[in-house]
Amino acid sequence: MAKVKSLAELKAMREKLQSTLDLREKSNDPDSFQTGCMGYCHAEPTIEVKCPGKDPIVFGHVDNNRADEILTKYVMNNEIVDGVIPVNYETI
Amino acid sequence: MHVLVCGGTGCQASASAQIIKNFEDILAAKGLQDEVQVVRTGCFGFCEKGPIVKIMPDNTFYTQVKPEDVEKIVNEHIIKGRKVTDLLYMDPENKEHVADSKHMGFYRKQLRIALRNCGFINPENIDECISRGGYEALGKVLSEMTPQQVVDEITKSGLRGRGGAGFPTGVKWGLCAKNKCDEMYVICNADEGDPGAFMDRSIMEGDPHSIVEAMAICGYAIGATHGLVYIRAEYPLAIHRLQVAIAQAREYGLLGKDILGSGFDFDIELRYGAGAFVCGEETALIHSMEGKRGEPTLKPPFPAVSGYMAKPSNVNNVETFANVPIIITKGADWFASIGSEKSKGTKVFALAGQINNVGLIEVPMGTTLRDIIYEIGGGIKGGRKFKAVQTGGPSGGCLTEKHLDTPIDYESLAAAGSMMGSGGMVVMDDTSCMVAIAKFYLEFTCEESCGKCSPCRIGNKRMLEILTKITEGRGTMDDLQELRNLAAVIKDTALCGLGQTSPNPVLSTLDNFWDEYVEHVVDKKCRAGVCKKLMRYEIDKEKCIGCGACKKNCPAEAISKTDYIAPGHKLPSMMIDPSKCIKCGACISTCKFSAISVK
Ligand SMILES: Cc1cc2nc3c(=O)[nH]c(=O)nc-3n(C[C@H](O)[C@H](O)[C@H](O)COP(=O)(O)O)c2cc1C
Ligand code: SF4
Ligand code: SF4
Ligand code: FES
Repeated sequence: MAKVKSLAELKAMREKLQSTLDLREKSNDPDSFQTGCMGYCHAEPTIEVKCPGKDPIVFGHVDNNRADEILTKYVMNNEIVDGVIPVNYETI
Repeated sequence: MHVLVCGGTGCQASASAQIIKNFEDILAAKGLQDEVQVVRTGCFGFCEKGPIVKIMPDNTFYTQVKPEDVEKIVNEHIIKGRKVTDLLYMDPENKEHVADSKHMGFYRKQLRIALRNCGFINPENIDECISRGGYEALGKVLSEMTPQQVVDEITKSGLRGRGGAGFPTGVKWGLCAKNKCDEMYVICNADEGDPGAFMDRSIMEGDPHSIVEAMAICGYAIGATHGLVYIRAEYPLAIHRLQVAIAQAREYGLLGKDILGSGFDFDIELRYGAGAFVCGEETALIHSMEGKRGEPTLKPPFPAVSGYMAKPSNVNNVETFANVPIIITKGADWFASIGSEKSKGTKVFALAGQINNVGLIEVPMGTTLRDIIYEIGGGIKGGRKFKAVQTGGPSGGCLTEKHLDTPIDYESLAAAGSMMGSGGMVVMDDTSCMVAIAKFYLEFTCEESCGKCSPCRIGNKRMLEILTKITEGRGTMDDLQELRNLAAVIKDTALCGLGQTSPNPVLSTLDNFWDEYVEHVVDKKCRAGVCKKLMRYEIDKEKCIGCGACKKNCPAEAISKTDYIAPGHKLPSMMIDPSKCIKCGACISTCKFSAISVK
């Protein structure tokens, strides 16, 4: 990776990255990664699923079976499953 | 269409299970079960107005729904598309019904600034950070602002240190910048020693680049080229993510020489702490980084004059830094518009204890304790009674019912006898004994005192001995006075902040829960049933049928037969010998006749 040489270059990079990230979100290839704490420790472990064109949904108390259920029902068939954690904050 | 029914503990207690069942039954009866899906959710944080039903996709938010309301919701809303007005949330201020939950004030109770990226980005991927505007604040200060302008902007924003004391960050930077020197340091205090606190850890794990970026901005503002993060070795994931972030930033030329072509050089190193609470105190932290003993020294000189390696150094907390980039990009005025008069922005709290929604929250300064506990925290577990909330960890105090409407900021918490601290918030219900709580914190400070000065080393130990006496039923009223005397002396004479604040948990409980202390001392009673030595297990001789189940289970052979047979019973009642009883509680759980109780 070449070094970023100016603020303008950084901004251009942001725009390019935003569109590739959008692409990733819009594509049908699922991708998963570990984030930082979402704050919902009372319902741990939690996962967030972001499907193309929809608001992200957080599911709480996930175990192997629940993860299966979320994949087959929500991700593949758009059926919401039990244990949704409502978002209760605003961010900037 | 989805019907979301709250299945959180609060709403379950108020019949949400029945509501779900009614929805399922009625929808099935109308043949709608395939079009409308009923889903149980976690707590909305709105338990006081529960049970909650939310209809998606139109976001309609029904409160205080009763099982018998379900039919109406199905007929009106789901079939005819008309909202059931009288079940909508009513805004307490303008008495209007709010249909869309996104417009409810309650959603504005939490505002995430320091946690803006936590949980949204992959913290180990700098591209995701850049796609959300990461490092643009650094780019902006390097290309458009002078160091003095950066200091002024941070000062104007009103940002104050989140490490506990609340010193204005811009002013601190300005003081340091005045001591121009060939070698200066930016230090990030990531020691986070308060028991139960994990705000800083979450920021470093969730958004490490914001710390890297902010430290570079601070370096530019004060004229430093070296950054040091003092982080406890007990935080391996945070360490790993910071290392990855630093390496990626170097690779992109956002750390190192000639950052973004500006000629400014800055780099960051990590230093590991062994996890001593006192090493979070800035002078002790600096000594520890220098390879010396982690003991505080007298201030002045302040680190801004003589810090790491006797060079001018600026120490800030992780959360303080996390606010910096966004202040630069969105402007000081924006930041200053959030919060209360003297405390700007937001504060992250680790909510713990007897509360439904334990977790990490971020609220604007000036939010009341009541809002945090009841609206965000979802109220007390099991619907029990609120008793106290501890803020500020071992340096803070316990606040009560009468402080619930205190707006949270540095000044009002201090005026109420506690302090902001780093953001631990432990909620207690009536099963907590306040004397035992005070003792818990004092045990912590005794353990963590570095021992350098006698008021803290010896004074705290004396206080702990007295508290132990009281919890064991050997306390006197003179002891209570002695606690106050000792506390006053320790506060006045201890060398560092640890000792100066260590009596706070005792003082605040003495002030707010005096009756409870007196009860321990005079009546030899612990109303919460926590102080074991004060507990007495007793068998009600009228209720006891003499089955002897408890006797078989008692490991201490403390239970024996009496010669009393209660009216209507055939066998003699049992009794407990208090001198043999070890208070294990085994008998209580075996008695099927509720004849045993704790006094
Ligand atoms: C006993 C003691 C422990 C402290 N622990 C921490 C800590 O864990 N993290 C922290 O940021 N500040 C801690 N502080 C406060 C620091 O001394 C210092 O004020 C702070 O790091 C300054 O940063 P700020 O202005 O951004 O808050 C502690 C202070 C004392 C007296
Ligand atoms: S007050 Fe306590 S921790 Fe601070 S220097 Fe004195 S002995 Fe050490
Ligand atoms: S509390 Fe334990 S030791 Fe005491 S009487 Fe009951 S079973 Fe025996
Ligand atoms: S349990 Fe339903 S809103 Fe909290």
